Amino acid sequence: MNKLQIFAKGFLKENPVFVLLLGMCPTLGVTTSAINGLGMGLATTFVLIMSNMVVSLVKDFIPDKVRIPSYIVIIASFVTIVELTMQAYAPSLFEALGIFIPLIVVNCIILGRAEAFASKNRAIDSILDGAGIGLGFAMALTILGAIREILGSGKFFGIDVYSGDGALIFVLAPGAFLVLGYLIALSNKLNKKLYKK
Amino acid sequence: MASKKESTFINMVLTLLIVTGIASATLGYVYELTKTPIEAAKLQKTLKAIANVTPAFDNNPSAEAYKLPVENDDSLVCYPAKKDGKLIGTAISTYTDAGFTERFFIMVGFAPDGSIINTAVLSHKETPGLGDKMDKNKSDWSNQVNGKNPANFELKVKKDGGDVDAITAATFTSRGFVDAIDRAYQAYMKGGKHE
Amino acid sequence: MSKLLSLALSPHEKGKESVSRLMYDVLIALLPAFIVAIFFYGLGAIIISLTAVISAIVFEYLITRYILKKPSTVMDGSAALTGLLIAFNVPSNLNPFLVVLGSFIAIAVAKMSFGGIGNNIFNPALVARVFLLISFPVQMTSWPVPIENRMKYLDAITGPTALGQLKEGVMNGQNVPAIISQMPSQMDMFLGQMTGSLGEVSALALIIGLIYMLIRGVISWHIPITIFTTVFLMQGGLWLANPGAFADPVFHLISGGLMLGAIFMATDYVTSPMNKKAMVYYALGIGVLTVVIRNFGAYPEGVSFAILIMNAVVPILNRYVKPKRFGEIIKNGK
Repeated sequence: MNKLQIFAKGFLKENPVFVLLLGMCPTLGVTTSAINGLGMGLATTFVLIMSNMVVSLVKDFIPDKVRIPSYIVIIASFVTIVELTMQAYAPSLFEALGIFIPLIVVNCIILGRAEAFASKNRAIDSILDGAGIGLGFAMALTILGAIREILGSGKFFGIDVYSGDGALIFVLAPGAFLVLGYLIALSNKLNKKLYKK
Repeated sequence: MASKKESTFINMVLTLLIVTGIASATLGYVYELTKTPIEAAKLQKTLKAIANVTPAFDNNPSAEAYKLPVENDDSLVCYPAKKDGKLIGTAISTYTDAGFTERFFIMVGFAPDGSIINTAVLSHKETPGLGDKMDKNKSDWSNQVNGKNPANFELKVKKDGGDVDAITAATFTSRGFVDAIDRAYQAYMKGGKHE
Repeated sequence: MSKLLSLALSPHEKGKESVSRLMYDVLIALLPAFIVAIFFYGLGAIIISLTAVISAIVFEYLITRYILKKPSTVMDGSAALTGLLIAFNVPSNLNPFLVVLGSFIAIAVAKMSFGGIGNNIFNPALVARVFLLISFPVQMTSWPVPIENRMKYLDAITGPTALGQLKEGVMNGQNVPAIISQMPSQMDMFLGQMTGSLGEVSALALIIGLIYMLIRGVISWHIPITIFTTVFLMQGGLWLANPGAFADPVFHLISGGLMLGAIFMATDYVTSPMNKKAMVYYALGIGVLTVVIRNFGAYPEGVSFAILIMNAVVPILNRYVKPKRFGEIIKNGK
């Protein structure tokens, strides 16, 4: 795999949301609006890039038996940094995302990438991998959030698209599952077209 | 590629010690760095909520806040808003348990004579699409109490013999909303500062 | 070669049943309730029913023709039935756009996304109802008062349903007998003179439909009768334990959507279990969930949620609750 492929696979071929179905908790929980999805996606991307980089740099110094606790500590540190920074400089976003920010720690995408990729590859590749998967995650959450916001509250990034209330179900949990289902179907179709052999 | 460290006891202890040590040091540093901005952001949020329900002020209501006792040993925080040293309004952070779901919080601004200036919902878990219409972002239902003085405006929904039009299909939320205002009003008239 | 000598694979004997014959039988069974709906809600009932049926058929045609590119299933009557059931499940003053949206959700989301008739997990008309109820709670919970609104549609005067009144009263801490004493008599409710969705009000008309379907062999008695019995016994138990806090079982049988749900929605072929034993378990689940939601949930009415939840359990029931095969050896001793 060349560098570009490492980066690009996160968007469609190995998209964490649409293909791997990882990190479903924030995916379904925070995407009530496009800005929430984007904020969550970018926060996760930051944690993913940094933890991938650090894990790949220190992988040779960590004995196998304590590797998972060490990775968790590294990931948790970056999540806390994101949490504090967001609280200081983007308080309204912090409030909207709420409990889901600390929960980035247990997002399986991050530990999954540390274990499956960063602990076996060089730092530069790991950063690219983290960026690709992270941005793929952010893209998926933003699309999901945008669709739910438009259908559910008639807005797009907070700007009125049409007047009136919209179908409330899309702001609530069932709407998240509904939209996610159709997006997965769509991405399967796209993937079949692009990668069929 | 350098060979991996063996999983001996001493190696494991050392590694975890170093990893956690570096992590705590970094976090301590970041915490120090963000401490002031976080406090500023929190203050900003309170001030914004106060400004929503009182006329423009030039003091720091948060620094002059005082507490009023209500039932069950609870208390409401009052933020006096002043301009040129004169009291022009008091924002009271109040709550209700009479809503449809759990306790929710609103901020009510009272003029010194006790009439309602404005209200703002702080946090709630009422039903989206029904109860959340009390939020100014969703509908202007709550504006009907603005400018009214509870002395001659019955703070009850019309169904209960009061003067407030309830939200369609959300009588409980409406009841809770006026109950919260009433709680703040009673406390303010009893022990609040009026000048 | 003459036709006489041609050989086909089994089955060689075919019954007269077909999808469309069954669907048209169900439509006939719905007629009494439809007539009652027109009698009580007049104009609104006609407009809603026509809108729902026509839009459901149009969506079915468009999707099979242009997206799935399969032979169209419009003529089998299933889309018309879904449309009519949607109409029966909404208030008769609902905005026509919402009715069309409901048809779209039922046909496109609940039916065609799973592969069309025979493949859907959830009852399409109920998915549409719940979608509309959650999305547009205000419009979906203001029911026109019967009879006096016959000539009105969107401007009808509205009132709460019996179950809505009950729930609100209970939440206010009122005594249940006191709340019920303000409602129409149980005879009126049985005949259908109460507020509600347009097809659910008359228990009598729905029971006539049930008898027709039983005689024609369209459905077996297992699902509806088990639901009625479960609700009656469970609600009866609650009522006997505390008549001040729970309504009597007869009230719960004839109010809300229980009759419509038990007779026409829960018995849908595609989304209910395949054998009698599993049907009883399925119906038991619906009855219990209905009573639990009505008495302890936030919504006053729970039949549609109960049926949808049990729809999801049907594949498991089909897998694990099977009748004994003919000739199967029963293991002894273990």
